[in-house]
Amino acid sequence: MDNLIQFAYVVSAALFILGLKKLGSPATARRGNMISAIGMLVAVVAALLDQGIVEYQWIVAGILVGGAVGVAAARLVKMTSMPEMVALFNGFGGMASLLVGWAALSGGASTFTLVTIVLSILIGGMTFTGSLIAYGKLSETIGSGAVLFPGQQVVNSLIVAGIVGSAVMFCIEPSNHLWLYIVVALSLWFGIMAVIPIGGADMPVVISLLNSYSGLAACAAGFAVNNNILIVAGSLVGASGIILTQIMCKAMNRSLSNVLFSGFGSGKVETAKVEGEIKPISAEDAFYVLEAASSVAIVPGYGMAVAQAQHVVKELMEELEKNGAEVNFGIHPVAGRMPGHMNVLLAEADVPYDQLLEMDDINPRMETIDVCIVIGANDVVNPAAREVESSPIYGMPVINVDKARTVFVLKRSMASGFAGIENPLFYKDNTRMLFGDAKESISGLVREFGD
Amino acid sequence: MIAAFLTFILMLSIFLGFELINKVPATLHTPLMSGANAISGITLVGAVSLAGTGQQDLANWLGAGAVALATINVVGGYLVTDRMLAMFKKKGS
Repeated sequence: MDNLIQFAYVVSAALFILGLKKLGSPATARRGNMISAIGMLVAVVAALLDQGIVEYQWIVAGILVGGAVGVAAARLVKMTSMPEMVALFNGFGGMASLLVGWAALSGGASTFTLVTIVLSILIGGMTFTGSLIAYGKLSETIGSGAVLFPGQQVVNSLIVAGIVGSAVMFCIEPSNHLWLYIVVALSLWFGIMAVIPIGGADMPVVISLLNSYSGLAACAAGFAVNNNILIVAGSLVGASGIILTQIMCKAMNRSLSNVLFSGFGSGKVETAKVEGEIKPISAEDAFYVLEAASSVAIVPGYGMAVAQAQHVVKELMEELEKNGAEVNFGIHPVAGRMPGHMNVLLAEADVPYDQLLEMDDINPRMETIDVCIVIGANDVVNPAAREVESSPIYGMPVINVDKARTVFVLKRSMASGFAGIENPLFYKDNTRMLFGDAKESISGLVREFGD
Repeated sequence: MIAAFLTFILMLSIFLGFELINKVPATLHTPLMSGANAISGITLVGAVSLAGTGQQDLANWLGAGAVALATINVVGGYLVTDRMLAMFKKKGS
């Protein structure tokens, strides 16, 4: 029987790998997810055949409760709330790994096992509280800004030292549970401390990193309970999270440590005064320009998500296409609050994914575009990243919207973006500002087309 | 020996993970992340054997809690990923 279970795990690992591979292309992604889910089912059924299991009532109770919560959450969540939902699921996975590590303690464990138990508690605990804080920031139940206080680095260093010290003591003296409780408490605390200094727009990095941690926690739990499939599946997730983290950091031209520790975006940034003047435009005038355009690019940012404007954006796209214009979207890798955030929202509004261009694909053709419409994006279209060497975002790859013939910027007010930096784009000769709520402004444009 | 064997598996899976994910287009980053997240609920497999020992001790309770939390992660993660992927359409389809 034990052999059978092990072979079932091999099958399940193969299904995970196949599923992840198919997740790499939009045409096969849905099937890939299904295959991966079947892999999970195979693994769980195999685990239930384990002869160490003598009673099932707690397992069944846990699965029923967890399943009901999972189904309800997945059904009810709005697409705009997806970032916080992903963060929350992530946190539950981390907590589960913490509990598994802890429960694996009963019975005589070797030093190697004790080390892996500590690791699964540590990583699982940080993932749990870190994800809860990320959830709070993303859903705005707590402030989304970076929280900094004097001596923060010292406090964090002390926590780390405390974790290392008590972890070592736990491995030496596993019968004394005091050390274990200290490790649990400090890990949970550290998760909070690690995420509070990170501001809202850096969330894509944090979410990817927490995603990676939840995999690594499962991996460590796999070592603790001697289970291959946990190690394989956990490290696949760990690796994918790390890759996403790297992509996000590269898209901001910042190192991971800068994102994690600098409290970027919390202070006021000194920048040179921008020359030029702001030129507002009315919906009617904007309509005349759009009516004459034969190529239009739309560049969305977090503001589109906040205004829930994706559906009216799609309507505008249809009107423009009916009018004979070619419409494309330019998506910056860190636009929004999680990797691929804009793509999901636009997919929800039925925008075909082949019209969503990545930054590197849209930038070379920016000069040929008649009108570029920026919706609720700021830092990711800021030309200061190319032009102003003293700017904190200098060197960050941006979408070069200012190179289009005309740029419309839809914006609520003149407030600066997350990074607190002036945006010279607003003062350029070819820029027109369309002030107001993004959804209202676009509805206004769509109405003009209707008349 | 078991430690070395498990570490060996770890090493191979990490390299495999990097190879698999490296070429995923930006459009799919969110579903990829939430799909991978669902896989991280694999802890469920470790949790069920701990929740079913039949001893009414702490480990048993911890295991039961882990089963519930990991199931939320697995079920919620896969469903929400499927919901997102169902929305992705090609032009003209």
